[in-house]
Amino acid sequence: MARAVSTRRKTLNTALAGTLGFLMFFPILWILILSFKTEEDAIRAPLEVLFNSGWTTESFATVQARSDYFKHFSNSVIISVGSTFLGLLIAIPAAWSMAFVPSKHTKNVLMWMLSTKMLPPVGVLVPIYLLFRDTGLLDSRLGLTLVLMLINLPIIIWMLYTYFKEIPGEILEAARMDGATLREEIIYVLTPMAIPGMASTVLLNIILAWNEAFWTINLTAANAAPLTAFIASYSSPEGLFYAKLSAASIMAIAPILIMGWFSQKQLVRGLTFGAVK
Amino acid sequence: MSTKASRSAARLMISPAVLLLLGWMLVPLLMTVYFSFLRYNLLSPGATPFVGWENYYWFVTDPSFQAAVVNTLVMVGGILAITTIGGIALALLLDRPMFGTGIIRIMVIAPFFVMPTVSGLVWKNMFFNPVNGIFGNIATSLGLQPIDFFGQYPLASIIFIVSWTWLPFATLILLTALQSLDQEQLEAAEMDGAGWWSRFFYIMLPHLARAITVVILIQTIFLLSVFAEILVTTNGGPGTSTTTLTYLIYVSSLLQFDVGMGSAGGVIAIILANIVAIFLMRMIGKNLDA
Repeated sequence: MARAVSTRRKTLNTALAGTLGFLMFFPILWILILSFKTEEDAIRAPLEVLFNSGWTTESFATVQARSDYFKHFSNSVIISVGSTFLGLLIAIPAAWSMAFVPSKHTKNVLMWMLSTKMLPPVGVLVPIYLLFRDTGLLDSRLGLTLVLMLINLPIIIWMLYTYFKEIPGEILEAARMDGATLREEIIYVLTPMAIPGMASTVLLNIILAWNEAFWTINLTAANAAPLTAFIASYSSPEGLFYAKLSAASIMAIAPILIMGWFSQKQLVRGLTFGAVK
Repeated sequence: MSTKASRSAARLMISPAVLLLLGWMLVPLLMTVYFSFLRYNLLSPGATPFVGWENYYWFVTDPSFQAAVVNTLVMVGGILAITTIGGIALALLLDRPMFGTGIIRIMVIAPFFVMPTVSGLVWKNMFFNPVNGIFGNIATSLGLQPIDFFGQYPLASIIFIVSWTWLPFATLILLTALQSLDQEQLEAAEMDGAGWWSRFFYIMLPHLARAITVVILIQTIFLLSVFAEILVTTNGGPGTSTTTLTYLIYVSSLLQFDVGMGSAGGVIAIILANIVAIFLMRMIGKNLDA
């Protein structure tokens, strides 16, 4: 039973929350503004920037022309999408079997998979670095795709598992009774019902892989560097280029911001391993 | 009702995932442990003799190790305090009736999706820079001396930047938990004359306890590995004032090429992370009815 709330109260809440929300969002808004300014304008006082300077898209063009931005952008796309779908390929059968043919080990297996996620990356940095160096995977998109697939695999399996669990097993049994093979059962019965869950799993994992900044920085150089590593190269101060840094940053975070907004709800489930829904 | 055939099929289907994760966990782990007992520097090729606990001894007695442990604790503790308390406050606020819930929520959540290198560089240059940054500009226009944040308060600046990323995460999870609270329970308490504070302490906070624990534990796992924000802003400095354990191990392994020392540090980091992990696993395990 909802209580009647006075409009005045509601307006007050809106003003307070709106102000806080705006403050949190402000840094993103600010680089969006700076990315459309010239370098000279971008370092002027904030009020000058806002009310006393023109708009230009030259920073975006310069970033691309000078540093081959789209190579890094496509590296990010290939690595994050590639690792997610590769992970999905391995995770779907695993999650299926644990959700629908559980054994007494299932819980332990799930917990163990989760525990691999707790291994701090820095603890295995040296061996992975050396293995990559010796196998030629250092600074390759393939190597990075594999690493990101492996670090996100437990999350993918867990998310799929919690979604699959919500599908009533009776439906699958009915299909089996009607003579569906295992393959048919997965393709024609399970998949259509699991598509929303799979979509949000894919979304969250692309986000996580896109923003991963430990392995991507440490295992790449010029060749396979995705945007995280590319943006990091702006930290060497050969003079500060605010407008170009802003333009590069905006292009790097925009796709993920949009995807993230769509996957808010699933984010909670995925990042808490189903502990909060 | 599963048949014998579907059982063995199930085992077959789960094995790629199990084998991959097992390999991913065991191979590097064993290598780290093995390397940690060798004198092994990539800059001095040749023999890599077994040296027992020497690496551990040097790693632990190095003054920068003690600094790194303190910095790590201060950083993780500071961020946890800010994001948990701030997250509860924000979640309570966002749970209230208001106009434009959707757009406000989007603005609050947005920082979580900003990659660490971008948030580090943007805060460092556009806000904290004493000459061209916004904070410096505001200070100057008020006739105050601008603050050199990374020079004077380096660790606090890092805490601030990382908290900006994780506050949305805490808020989002606590808000989700708050929305599952039975409204009638709150109304009943209100009718019985319970004020806002007693409703908060006796109904809302106990209801949120689980979610708060999850937020703290999961953030701890991620925060122990904070790396890129430090790399692009302070490089661990000035001195060792922002060197965390993760960063220290990165410096000894990939900058000083000391495989043995880096591995010894890695083993220590794994042990520390596992202590946290055990608590987290218990929490999640309790919730799992497999």
